[in-house]
Amino acid sequence: MPRLAFVTLISVVLLAGSFHLYQLSQPMFGAILLALAAGFAIIFGTNRYYGARFIFPGVAAVLIFIAFPVIYTIYIGFTNYSSFNLLSYERTVEVLTSRGTVDKSTEQPFAVAQDGSDYRIWLPDSGLLSDVVTLQSEQTADLAPADVPNDLLERRDAIKLRNGLQQLTLVTPGGGTIQNAGLRTFANVIPNFVQTGPDELTKADGSVLRANHETGFFVNEAGEKVPPGWRVNVGWDNFERVFKSKGIREPMVSVFIWTFVFAAASVLLTFAIGLLLAVILQWPHLRFKMLYRILLILPYAVPAFISILVFRGLFNQNFGEINLILESLFGIRPNWFTDGTLARTMVLIVNTWLGYPYMMLLAMGFLQAVPEDHKKAAALEGASALRVFFRITLPQIIPPFLPLLIASFAFNFNNLVLIFLLTRGLPDIPGTVIPAGETDILASFTYRLAFDNAGQQFGLAGAITLLIFLVVAAISYANFVTMRRAAEKRSGKA
Amino acid sequence: MIVERPRDLLIKKILAHGFMICFLALIMFPFVMVLSISFREGNFSVGSIIPENPTLEHWWLAFGFDYTRPDGTVVKPPYPVLLWMWNSIKIGLIAGLGVLTIATISAYAFSRIRIKGKGVLLDGLFLIQMFPTTLALVAIYAIFDSLGEVTPILGLNSHVALILIYLAGVTLHIWTIKGYFDSIDTALDKAAAIDGATPWQTFRYIFLPLAVPIMSVVFVLAFIGFINDYPIASVLIRSENQMTLAVGSRLYLNEFKYLWGDFAAAAILSGLPITVVFLIAQKYLISGLSDGAIKG
Repeated sequence: MPRLAFVTLISVVLLAGSFHLYQLSQPMFGAILLALAAGFAIIFGTNRYYGARFIFPGVAAVLIFIAFPVIYTIYIGFTNYSSFNLLSYERTVEVLTSRGTVDKSTEQPFAVAQDGSDYRIWLPDSGLLSDVVTLQSEQTADLAPADVPNDLLERRDAIKLRNGLQQLTLVTPGGGTIQNAGLRTFANVIPNFVQTGPDELTKADGSVLRANHETGFFVNEAGEKVPPGWRVNVGWDNFERVFKSKGIREPMVSVFIWTFVFAAASVLLTFAIGLLLAVILQWPHLRFKMLYRILLILPYAVPAFISILVFRGLFNQNFGEINLILESLFGIRPNWFTDGTLARTMVLIVNTWLGYPYMMLLAMGFLQAVPEDHKKAAALEGASALRVFFRITLPQIIPPFLPLLIASFAFNFNNLVLIFLLTRGLPDIPGTVIPAGETDILASFTYRLAFDNAGQQFGLAGAITLLIFLVVAAISYANFVTMRRAAEKRSGKA
Repeated sequence: MIVERPRDLLIKKILAHGFMICFLALIMFPFVMVLSISFREGNFSVGSIIPENPTLEHWWLAFGFDYTRPDGTVVKPPYPVLLWMWNSIKIGLIAGLGVLTIATISAYAFSRIRIKGKGVLLDGLFLIQMFPTTLALVAIYAIFDSLGEVTPILGLNSHVALILIYLAGVTLHIWTIKGYFDSIDTALDKAAAIDGATPWQTFRYIFLPLAVPIMSVVFVLAFIGFINDYPIASVLIRSENQMTLAVGSRLYLNEFKYLWGDFAAAAILSGLPITVVFLIAQKYLISGLSDGAIKG
């Protein structure tokens, strides 16, 4: 059966990949690939799960690339993963033991001799010639006394081979080893650290370093850490830092409050403006509706990353057009980027500009669903237009609108792009241990912790991600419930 | 409201149009300014809306050509805008097609095939879909950093890695297409089943041709979404030649190298095609968005 052969082939490839990942000490990814292979083989190999074949790719993609990363990020919150503790334990040992000091007294010049397509190394001072080497990968070659070889390479051609030369170890007839020690010389390289036992490194001067698996560092007898460190689990340490360290907690509370204010204000402003415009556009006596509509949704159509950057330029304090106009009209030059309150105002202005067309488009759809009779009846009773709007129209469009408003809140709660491209969270809150700005929302604050020259504090960022996760989960659940309710209402009506 | 005096109506009309025009003037201001700035000399200059000495310098640079100023100095393009555009379009097209394939097949299954635990899966997908990618950034970086040590194709700075992550953004589109399939009469697939068609054949020969309109909308939506993505791309892509437009554009307004004029031209050049595509698709977009979300 061609299908079974095909399924077997793919499963075998996935299994091989998974095995390969295990060997390269990435057991976690290996396990994921293994699960993928097993799932694939079961669902496509047997006839029982015919229906599941259709949804397997989608569900697998979502699980591997959304669900797993979110969980993994939170897991990182329980580790000390940062630029100080970047590597695995094995790699840390490798890095430390590969560092060496060149023994100056043994330095001697070298030349490279061509031998077919390969090379030999010639050491003129000691009259030694190496075996044939390819200079492609890590290699060890013996040296033996010989005469000067014929075709020695020019210095500049030899320099081109330096990547291969650096990976070369030569063994002298006496049994000593020498390595490339610069562009011109080979020499004895004495390793700084030698592994002398499990979790134990001995330094060249005889002192002993021990691995501390609590902190993820090697420490010497005086208890000093020797970088680099490796990743270890630190339990709730990151969370303790968030809640106990004043320099972290205070800016975080400020960021937390601003995130809510920002998201709520953005939703309210865009909703109010969008609804107002939709109501005007629905007015039967208005002409040029199509033209207005197209122009009004332009801010939504232009890619956000471009319009946000445009605003960044326009709001520039020194030569931005907005300040030029304000100065000529009112003689003021607001410090949009250095004053906290003004920066927050600017963020809200820009976000309203970006977001009102979406609300307007939605509102236009929902407004059409409001029965004309209700409005007419109210008007006949003598209600003013405003009263009709607030008593008849608004109560009818709010329920279907609610899930979308909640979704919009959730979106703005994590509107990293806006904050990052417009202000990068600046101006910074003074007196903080970690970078935190007046306009930072939780998402951008986390992003800066992890990726923006703040010591790549992935662990701390992961811990804060858990906090965001909880808030988002609550919002999502609320959204889910209101949406269900709206759907039930609809089907109830129909 | 029902009986309106002509005079009141006229005043109302004037007020409405007046408000619209004022509001539009405010909204359009950034667009007009950017257009004007892209023709001004230099990167800091100020001036009137129609530049006194219009120059095509920024536009030449945006298209990747050297520009020779009247005084003979040659200016080189600061950044490879067209390359970034190409990267964005390439990634957007591949990921968009991938998402479209996965979403259409899954949507058909969710709409028509009996699968155990379908309701739970759908609810789960819906909940997961609401979790923003910003929550996963640290892990995405860590995962591809380690995978890069195994093979550079899946490492940082790799477009393949970016596309893989984008493929996971199918959930919203599954819902949109499922809403469409749900509205198709079940008599169609029953007739096909009586004629002996397997579910796959029903999908391939009946549902797929019917779904072309909604599929094109979903494709455009996904494509625009990927082109506009900043967070994931900025975490994964660091080298200038691999950047997408969204990541690269930011370099123009660096505090130490502020290229306002060059940015303006590059922004229009790269933003215009996306804007036009969006304006064409927007009519379907909104109905898709609200329907797909509510029809659950």
